[in-house]
Amino acid sequence: MIEIRIHGRGGQGSVVASKILADAAFRDGMYVQSFPQYGVERRGAPVTAFNRMGSPDEIFVRSQIYEPDHVVVLDPTLLLTVDVLKGLKKGGWVIINSPRDPEDFYKDFNFPRDYKVATVDASDIAVKWGLGSKTQPIVNTAILGALSKVTGIVTLESLKEAIKENAPVKKEENVNAAVEAYESVKMIQEVS
Amino acid sequence: MSFKKVTTGNHAVSYAVWSSRVQIISAYPITPQTQIVELLSEIVAEGKLQAKFITVESEHSAMAACIGASATGARAFTATSAQGLALMHEMLHWAAGARLPIVMANVNRAMAPPWSVWTDQNDSLSQLTTGWMQIYNESNQEVYDSVIIGYKVAEQVHLPLMTVLDAFILSHTSEPVEIHTQEEVDEYLPPYDPGEYYTIKTEDPRGYGLLTMPSDYYEFRYKVQRAHERAIEVFKKEFKNFEEVFGRKHWFFEEFMMDDADYVIVTSGSLSSDVKYAVAKLRKEKGLKVGVLKMRVVRPYPFEEVRKVLGDRKKIAVIDRNIGFGYHGVFYEELKSALYPLEKRPPVFGYIIGIGGRDVTPADIEDIIDDMLKRDEMTEIIWKGVRL
Repeated sequence: MIEIRIHGRGGQGSVVASKILADAAFRDGMYVQSFPQYGVERRGAPVTAFNRMGSPDEIFVRSQIYEPDHVVVLDPTLLLTVDVLKGLKKGGWVIINSPRDPEDFYKDFNFPRDYKVATVDASDIAVKWGLGSKTQPIVNTAILGALSKVTGIVTLESLKEAIKENAPVKKEENVNAAVEAYESVKMIQEVS
Repeated sequence: MSFKKVTTGNHAVSYAVWSSRVQIISAYPITPQTQIVELLSEIVAEGKLQAKFITVESEHSAMAACIGASATGARAFTATSAQGLALMHEMLHWAAGARLPIVMANVNRAMAPPWSVWTDQNDSLSQLTTGWMQIYNESNQEVYDSVIIGYKVAEQVHLPLMTVLDAFILSHTSEPVEIHTQEEVDEYLPPYDPGEYYTIKTEDPRGYGLLTMPSDYYEFRYKVQRAHERAIEVFKKEFKNFEEVFGRKHWFFEEFMMDDADYVIVTSGSLSSDVKYAVAKLRKEKGLKVGVLKMRVVRPYPFEEVRKVLGDRKKIAVIDRNIGFGYHGVFYEELKSALYPLEKRPPVFGYIIGIGGRDVTPADIEDIIDDMLKRDEMTEIIWKGVRL
């Protein structure tokens, strides 16, 4: 069972990202579950969504995920207010939408070296492909491209199909954003 | 060919309603149900389902519209939640008393005040005596199937049926659901034929629901009860038919690791997944002979079937995500009552958990099982995890 927690802000598409990820994993043969942190979502407010992916024989519990294998951060400013590393298992990936270098997060945010960091400038990619606006880019599909590359949990092919199925508009642009992020994600591999 | 789709509990309801060829949908939006009727309104607007979507100003009116439609022989559907269901209350009695096979999805949401949009079962359980049949669901597949089985049973016994899914934990959670083709659903669920006595025809005017003297009213109530008793047999037949067409088993309850279980945890709804996980873990790690009975159909109550599987156990714990104020958890009180006629019956312990959507983890369930094992004497309800 792989468990993932997605942190974003209302309007960035965190919940849809979680659904697309589930759909992609399902296409890759896994049993899946995707759910938002049940709240009254508001634009700009912190939003959390969860994914479970595993074998159809496993029992999929329905509690929230307290010890994720990996976390995804759609907005780096969340690092200032939300403990995105809470409960993250050792060796887990932290995939952040940021133009900065992964190494910066160990230095500037004191990330323990137990975690692997990957960064991708998903905002820039989203704006380039006309997803959302400059001030409010919709970065969900781009960040999933990065997740596919970094974790290998879902194939890029399945992710593309899942995006086409679930993106309400601009399907091709969303696919292109995911592919560009897949190719441009920066990652650090060292784990102590 | 059927296909599998990753979808939410809410949309699983919409797809099932679509395939059931519902003719009238009337609803008023309320979180967390709204997505059900939102998708249905799109399906109807696009002409994919030949139905009329009646928008109304309240849930009371939504049920009234369904009652009117059903009385003319149309297959009718609505969905609601919590305060919306409570506002419908008067019309729920009417639908059952008028013997109309309306199917409704209720997304279990905690009642206000204080306001909550999160899950517990007090909304639907408050309606147990209205005459509606009720099915509880653990997964989005069960949600989908329950709508189709719901119409099939409701229309044979002339009673309305409420299928119940947990707020957010099912309603907004995406997971794989097998969606069937129209042909497959048609094979199982033919068009609704209300029969002579249940159809309003302008060319043959009759009075319905008129003032009825004490000399006759009593028998009307008796017949509603008889219809519930008959529904037990109809459910059995239709569970079997459903399996033949769709390949999935359904029953009044699901038994999990029950074969040699000395101890049984009785629960319902989405909570059951966490209970199963904890039970499987305790079996594996400690060899504890424990099993799960997940209640699904609670109206009509399957007395005999429940007695048969639970009578011969050492201890039973009932986990309720509801509270019957001044009494016990509702599933707890009903189970004790069902087992009472048995000469030899196990002690039953009642736990309350997860009210208002408080998250429940398998560790919480393990605590409950530990607590049950230590107890010998039955007691009143036990609150798990309440902050004092």
